[in-house]
Amino acid sequence: MEYILLIISAIFVNNVILSRFLGLCPFFGVSKQVGTAAGMGGAVVFVMTIATIVTYLLQKYILVSFHIEYMQTITFILVIAALVQLVEIILKKVSPSLYQALGIYLPLITTNCAVLGIAILAVGTDGFGLIKSTLFAASSAMGFALALVIFAGLREHLDLADVPKGMKGVPIAFITAGLLALAFMGFSGIA
Amino acid sequence: MAKQRESTFVNMVVVLFIVSAIAATALAFVYKATKEPIAKSKLEKKKKAIKNVVNDFDNNPIEEMFKIPVEGGDSVECYPAKKDGKIVGYAIKTFSKKGFGGLITLMIGFDPDGHIHKTAVLEQHETPGLGDKMQRNKSTFSNQFDNMDVPDIPDKDHDGIIIEVTKDNGTVDAITAATISSRAFCDAAERAYNAFKKIKK
Amino acid sequence: MSKFKIFTKGFFAENAVFVMLLGLCPTLGTTTSAINGLGMGLATTFVLVMSNAVVSLVKRQIPDQVRIPSFIVIIASFVTIVELLMQAYVPELYDVLGIFIPLIVVNCIILGRAEAFASKNNVFDSILDGLGMGLGFAMALTILGSVREILGSGSIFNITIYKGDGALVFVLAPGAFIVLGYLIALINRLTKKA
Repeated sequence: MEYILLIISAIFVNNVILSRFLGLCPFFGVSKQVGTAAGMGGAVVFVMTIATIVTYLLQKYILVSFHIEYMQTITFILVIAALVQLVEIILKKVSPSLYQALGIYLPLITTNCAVLGIAILAVGTDGFGLIKSTLFAASSAMGFALALVIFAGLREHLDLADVPKGMKGVPIAFITAGLLALAFMGFSGIA
Repeated sequence: MAKQRESTFVNMVVVLFIVSAIAATALAFVYKATKEPIAKSKLEKKKKAIKNVVNDFDNNPIEEMFKIPVEGGDSVECYPAKKDGKIVGYAIKTFSKKGFGGLITLMIGFDPDGHIHKTAVLEQHETPGLGDKMQRNKSTFSNQFDNMDVPDIPDKDHDGIIIEVTKDNGTVDAITAATISSRAFCDAAERAYNAFKKIKK
Repeated sequence: MSKFKIFTKGFFAENAVFVMLLGLCPTLGTTTSAINGLGMGLATTFVLVMSNAVVSLVKRQIPDQVRIPSFIVIIASFVTIVELLMQAYVPELYDVLGIFIPLIVVNCIILGRAEAFASKNNVFDSILDGLGMGLGFAMALTILGSVREILGSGSIFNITIYKGDGALVFVLAPGAFIVLGYLIALINRLTKKA
């Protein structure tokens, strides 16, 4: 039950994008088509889960045991950057088809603040062991993918709509995102 | 003007190593320099909170702090306030994990007879504009707890919990649109009261 | 480009938030009130100025291929320094801004300026550029924070303007998106198109 609640809350109630404001750059950058949005979402689920497992172990066995917790920011970002490169190389060798699908999105993930943000949140939350942290990261990333795909779908339709001149493009996208966030607030009663 | 260093393997390794070494040294230095002020500002915050929630005292409650075990393997910190050697109240640092945005930490002051004297929020991550109204300067919610006579509150639904919001058959009016945060506040207060009862025994 | 122009372009022509749409996470996440927006803006400015200065100083010593990792290390160090200083001297603000302080590292503005400006220009110009961009960012955050605070809580910089609850939605997440959308539309209208 506890785990189900954790998953639901990470996907819907505390959605990374719409409620925590993490990962907004890709949210506006790669949300023009549903296809690319789904690709980006998949890549983020992959990287965020692995990054959180690695940073969790790093925090627990290196930073805390040597009392250098203040090095957290610098080590985490380097680990994530290196990890993204590593995932790219391995994926290319092991599964070329998956690489074809996710490849071009991988380099963009280093600057996705949601990855670093979720990693910091996971190690910072009391009572999160390795399993809960992993679950939290995976479901947060799924929430990211979900919001991204929904938003891309909305934007595809927005292209066809007759929007007032000054509001065209970015402004109307923000307002759409605001309405989507409003809709997601309806989930807050669940948890 | 010097030329751009070339990207040979040795150059890259050496430069990255030097950059990281300088960064680590600089950070270690700043960390040492700020360690004292950080500890001090945390202590100040605690001292201020204790002063706000109990009667005037003249001892140093932080030195006399003791821990009281509560359910779930956790414990709360208790700071006895004394004047002329006599107990005038207890400040209990309590918590709730039921907050909307995670852990909530409160300081709750008790008079020796079991009244809550006053409360103060130490740490909360509730939604700005909603749950964060539990802070004293943001709404009148926490005023309900001032001078609250806990032993006299009837346990209407007989579930053993006394401090509850009205929705759960309690007496506390929740913050509008922030029932979860209000429940968490009550949960923390209840935990503090249970710990207080253990002191009195 | 004149020195004056290097400094002022960050406020209007190339404003990070309103025109370039960079650094959106802290922009929306921390602007529940004017004072929070200002605090976040100033913290970012400090990191931006320092990292621009250092990057510009060492640019010739760093081989091209390890440029980005080196810049990230430099930026992350200054972010940690800001984090420690804020924890020590302005703990209240540190508590409010929370996770967005370490996230300054991945704020695209900072790496973007290091890459696009500081790695090509001299130290003095780089500092000017960082200062202009940073203060422009701080200005945008303060404006956004003020609007949300006025509409949502009926006050500005904690000074009450009107009594009552205000339209709560503006302090919450959806309001952040909506206010920024309208602000950008307004700025588009005032500056060029439409």
